[in-house]
Amino acid sequence: MPKTYQLVVIGAGPGGLCAAITAASLGLDVVVLDEQPSPGGQIYRGISQTPDDRSALLGADYQRGADLVAAFKASGAQYWPQTTVWSLNSRREIGILRQGRASIIQAERVIVASGAMERPVPFLGWTLPGVMNAGAAQILLKTAGVVPAQGTVIAGTGPLPLLVAWQYLRAGVKVKAVLELSPGTNLWRAAPYLPGALVAGDYISRGLKYTLDLNKGGVPIYYGVSRLQARGNDRIEAVEYGWDILGSDRRETIITDSLLVHFGVIPRTNLTKAAGCQHIWDRGQQCWRPQVDRWGNTNVPGIAVIGDNAGIGGARSAEHSGRLAALEAARSWHLISTQQRDRQAHNDLKWLRKDLRVRPFLEALYRLPDSLLVPPDDEILVCRCEEISAGQIRQAVREEHGDPNQVKFYLRCGMGPCQGRQCAPAVAQIVAAENKRPVADYTTFRVRPPIRTLTIAQLANLESSES
Amino acid sequence: MKVDVAIVGGGLMGSSTALHLARAGQKVIVVEKNSPGRHASGVNAGGLRRLNRDPAEIPLAVVAAQMWREIESLVGSDCDVQLSGQVRVAENAADLQKLSERAALVRSLGFEHEQLITRERLYQLVPALAPHCVGGLYTAGDGFARPYHALTAFRRQAQSLGVKYHTGFPVTGLERLGSCWRVVTESAKFEAPILVNCAGAWAGQICAYLDEPVPLKVGAPMMMVTERLPHFLDPVVGAASRKLSFKQMQNGTVLIGGAYLAEHDMVKETTEIDLTKLSASSQTVLALFPRMANVRIVRTWAGLEAFMPDRIPVIGSSAKHPSVYHAFGFSAHGFQLSPVVGRIMSELILNQKSSLALEPFSIQRFQSSG
Repeated sequence: MPKTYQLVVIGAGPGGLCAAITAASLGLDVVVLDEQPSPGGQIYRGISQTPDDRSALLGADYQRGADLVAAFKASGAQYWPQTTVWSLNSRREIGILRQGRASIIQAERVIVASGAMERPVPFLGWTLPGVMNAGAAQILLKTAGVVPAQGTVIAGTGPLPLLVAWQYLRAGVKVKAVLELSPGTNLWRAAPYLPGALVAGDYISRGLKYTLDLNKGGVPIYYGVSRLQARGNDRIEAVEYGWDILGSDRRETIITDSLLVHFGVIPRTNLTKAAGCQHIWDRGQQCWRPQVDRWGNTNVPGIAVIGDNAGIGGARSAEHSGRLAALEAARSWHLISTQQRDRQAHNDLKWLRKDLRVRPFLEALYRLPDSLLVPPDDEILVCRCEEISAGQIRQAVREEHGDPNQVKFYLRCGMGPCQGRQCAPAVAQIVAAENKRPVADYTTFRVRPPIRTLTIAQLANLESSES
Repeated sequence: MKVDVAIVGGGLMGSSTALHLARAGQKVIVVEKNSPGRHASGVNAGGLRRLNRDPAEIPLAVVAAQMWREIESLVGSDCDVQLSGQVRVAENAADLQKLSERAALVRSLGFEHEQLITRERLYQLVPALAPHCVGGLYTAGDGFARPYHALTAFRRQAQSLGVKYHTGFPVTGLERLGSCWRVVTESAKFEAPILVNCAGAWAGQICAYLDEPVPLKVGAPMMMVTERLPHFLDPVVGAASRKLSFKQMQNGTVLIGGAYLAEHDMVKETTEIDLTKLSASSQTVLALFPRMANVRIVRTWAGLEAFMPDRIPVIGSSAKHPSVYHAFGFSAHGFQLSPVVGRIMSELILNQKSSLALEPFSIQRFQSSG
């Protein structure tokens, strides 16, 4: 029998840390599994090792993590760093890889806090070396101080491209341009939500600050950009783009050996899908996410999901949702009563309600056009592992392979080492568009372990009990 | 349209039967609960194996092997067939004894395809094998194909001959109306004078509707596949005394099966991988192919499959009703038989007799004892 743990938290970002701190304070026996070598998640990545001068560079936001990590270290929760989770099933058996050894542990309760991933958006040339996700580039900056030597172009939607450009500007990196791919009309769609958003105007004021600083630093920001394309032979040599205004077909070119792209983030759903949790299409966030109640509970008993993993809300929301899931866990063992849970949850729920009011504005402002969600050109590579194009997927749908899993069976699309993480959303979007049905009618690929690859020897030596 | 035959189940057996009937000019509909190949037909290991078949199945498998060699003429696609042989490895004297008895049995039935091979020949065929093996049983001309591609080819060929697939229609009942069968689903009814049960893991439910119960058990054999490797293996490798099916696909990935079963849920139609059993499966791989130790497993899966207690299928006419035919219960080794099963079913339906002996597969074997 695998060793049993009372509460296992998967992920050590702000949500996972808050869940662990709260649960441990209420008397729960907590283990936190973290893929990283130190707590903090992506947002506070490497915070305990980051030199002071670099964390100053990264802004005040980043500093907040230090307190959180300190509180976690004092909480009494167990911390297993560099631990990869490669399986989670509906019986809450968790396959982990730790110090090169695979084992299975049993959790009485699981809080999944594995966060978000950058939304994969296939466009022409996106697989050329030199094209990189802006978030991944930001991690290189945070952990190693690595930056593109010859300058870069940053393209995409949402607040992150501005933030990364701002961070590069402060680090002395040449930013040749910021290309904003949200349609210009988004501003009009977002405007009605503005009154609600003003109560949490922090987001907007920060965005404004980045924009002003970038203008001052001479970084051009182009709005309403469309038809992004990376050009080059063996690697990127130039970025080409058009304008979405008045049917203009003018094309612009910027010579660059680096393009950073970012189209917002979406929940990581592989673990929750593998565990059999119900997922739904979120119209506002334009992504699939696990269906949860206010305490993070999914339809699978004992499995809760919090933070960005349950729907994008950012680091602060993750903290609150982590606390809520921990309170619910404590209640389930009668360590606190339902009344105590509700009383202690009051502030968290209030904060989340307030934060929710800014979301419709941001979602409308940064809404992706269909041309980014459904790859428009048949030549666009969708599945990079198996080299399957949008055109091949359309053809398969026309031959009555009518859902994403059938497309996967037929084309091997999503069967490569990335387990479909990169192509799953685009495949489902193409299938829906080709069948002329709403994308909400479809789900992405079925997910099977291992969520992360492990070797034959590691599986052969699987330990199902560990001390 | 007036329909001659209604087939329940759009997997390989149903599609092959539909194709053969359509070639003979019959008007056929296929009523499929989900989408064709959703379970066993789409996700099986794709083995084309005469080697180590139940004696009753050997004549069928031999004809099927011939049909696979010419599969393009039947379905208009090569189904990615790779006829690189199949071998069962002997790891010790006892294994070798077992295999030589098996070879003698097959010879006594009048077949020559299972050949005992020496240790030297074994290592010529499978140089990557661990050094301790002593010999094997080999069938040249066996091999493998890609099941979902094969199914797609059967389906499209059948459709091109006028077969109509009704997908997304789980059958909820069967009714006799005069000389017709009515296939009842939640949202539609289909009628035809002849009914064929190719419902795979759900065939037992169809038999229950017909008041002709069978001791069918559902299982979900698990598979795993590795990352792509440079070519190192031609034949499909099994072992005399281990649960293993090991093959390198055309794209370099290695497909590993071992007939270990996953947990399954027939209502949700889901399977859940049992990692402890797959760990045992990995140990088997390492025992025979130590070089696989650091190869990464990319994916595991399982498909719902019908097993009969004697591990051979039901093929033939109903013992209770006129104009009802069954082909199910292939117990995780039906893929290779699918072309010949379609032919047999069309012979039975059109001529009331088959060119191959079907007595061992009669549904009556589960009814006589009462």
